[in-house]
Amino acid sequence: MPDENDVMWLHSHAQVTIVELAECSGLPEPVLRELVEYGALEPADPQAREWVFGGDCVVRVRTAARLRNDLELETPALALVLSLLDEIHRQEGELRRLGAQLSSPLR
Amino acid sequence: MKYKDYYQILGVARDASADDLKKSYRKLAHQYHPDVSKDPAGEEKFKEIAEAYDTLKSPEKRAAYDQLGTGYKPGDEIRPPPDWQQQFQERQAGDGTFSFDDLDLGDLFESLSRGRGGGRARANIQFPGEDYEVTVPISLEDAYSGTQVDLNLSVPEYDAEGRVRHVPKTIKARIPKGAIDGQRLRLRGQGGKGVNGGRDGDLYLNVALKPHPLFRASGHDLFIDLPLTPWEAALGATVEVPTLSGAVNLKIPPGTAAGKKLRLGKKGLPKPHGGEGDLYALVQIANPPDLTDRERELYKQLAETSRFNPRGYKNAG
Repeated sequence: MPDENDVMWLHSHAQVTIVELAECSGLPEPVLRELVEYGALEPADPQAREWVFGGDCVVRVRTAARLRNDLELETPALALVLSLLDEIHRQEGELRRLGAQLSSPLR
Repeated sequence: MKYKDYYQILGVARDASADDLKKSYRKLAHQYHPDVSKDPAGEEKFKEIAEAYDTLKSPEKRAAYDQLGTGYKPGDEIRPPPDWQQQFQERQAGDGTFSFDDLDLGDLFESLSRGRGGGRARANIQFPGEDYEVTVPISLEDAYSGTQVDLNLSVPEYDAEGRVRHVPKTIKARIPKGAIDGQRLRLRGQGGKGVNGGRDGDLYLNVALKPHPLFRASGHDLFIDLPLTPWEAALGATVEVPTLSGAVNLKIPPGTAAGKKLRLGKKGLPKPHGGEGDLYALVQIANPPDLTDRERELYKQLAETSRFNPRGYKNAG
């Protein structure tokens, strides 16, 4: 059985390189760089020579790859869809938080 | 092998042109794609649509599929046409690894594109293994302490000739403590096997927290309803509140109002790299449903004595 060390948390504390992002998504590096240009993907330090990304970007680029392959989206549209999906997820999170704070009616 | 009506799935006529197929695929893909559709049946539907389009858009596969004719209804058991035996090279009993019976129609056509003119193994090209993605529901208690799960997957398996069939596979995975709803985890190398030395695929887990009878989770924070009697809220009290690490005593300050959020620090879900979320107790004032005569008498006395008016409505107009 894989041990706990083989598990990678895909959240912002983890770190991945652009090469790893390309590998886990199948997207070519030039496309990933374009997504950075459009602001759809953010390296931890854009000024750094070698970009490093949060682990949450792994999920993002895999979603981008699916949208690109299945829905034939070009990079500009892809970037827009990713940012709209972000906003949807943010609002869903907000709704969940508000819902959690709503007391159940007393019987 | 069960029949699937690919033309029906795409909503096109049997003599549909390549253009008709493409238009229909595009429309349906946009409608049911799991990343953009909220339809819970969308993911399954999208797989069907993709499989149907993949088969019908290739002239070779479409021709083979059309050989099945128009007599079948979806779900019917298929009798493979005679020359399929040749095309798909059904093995004899001796080898026993290939038979039409327990094959999926989609897998069969996928094998057709891999087996002919350069299957993976034949071409000796390196291919990475497939990634598996699975949603794993766990309880809050599991998220709190970490847990081991058995994942029952149906995964594609490729033989030496590049033919594919879906087989059941069980993978054991440990989910460390600290997962929240929607948490993604990656288990390296636990996906499909790479071909010709290609790297093995990964297993992606999407953690879903199951609803809990007491607590509601939001990120690492937990919320619980805290009903108090009117006198506990007015006079103050010490009450027992359950948490995931056992019950704790909570001091209620006198004059606590309904709707107040009382924070129990660090009693939420653990964070994976240290620290915890908080537990919030949401105050509700609960009135006794049936009053004894004595209680009613005391309430009446209080009503007559108190000058408290919670309704500060200004006169309209």
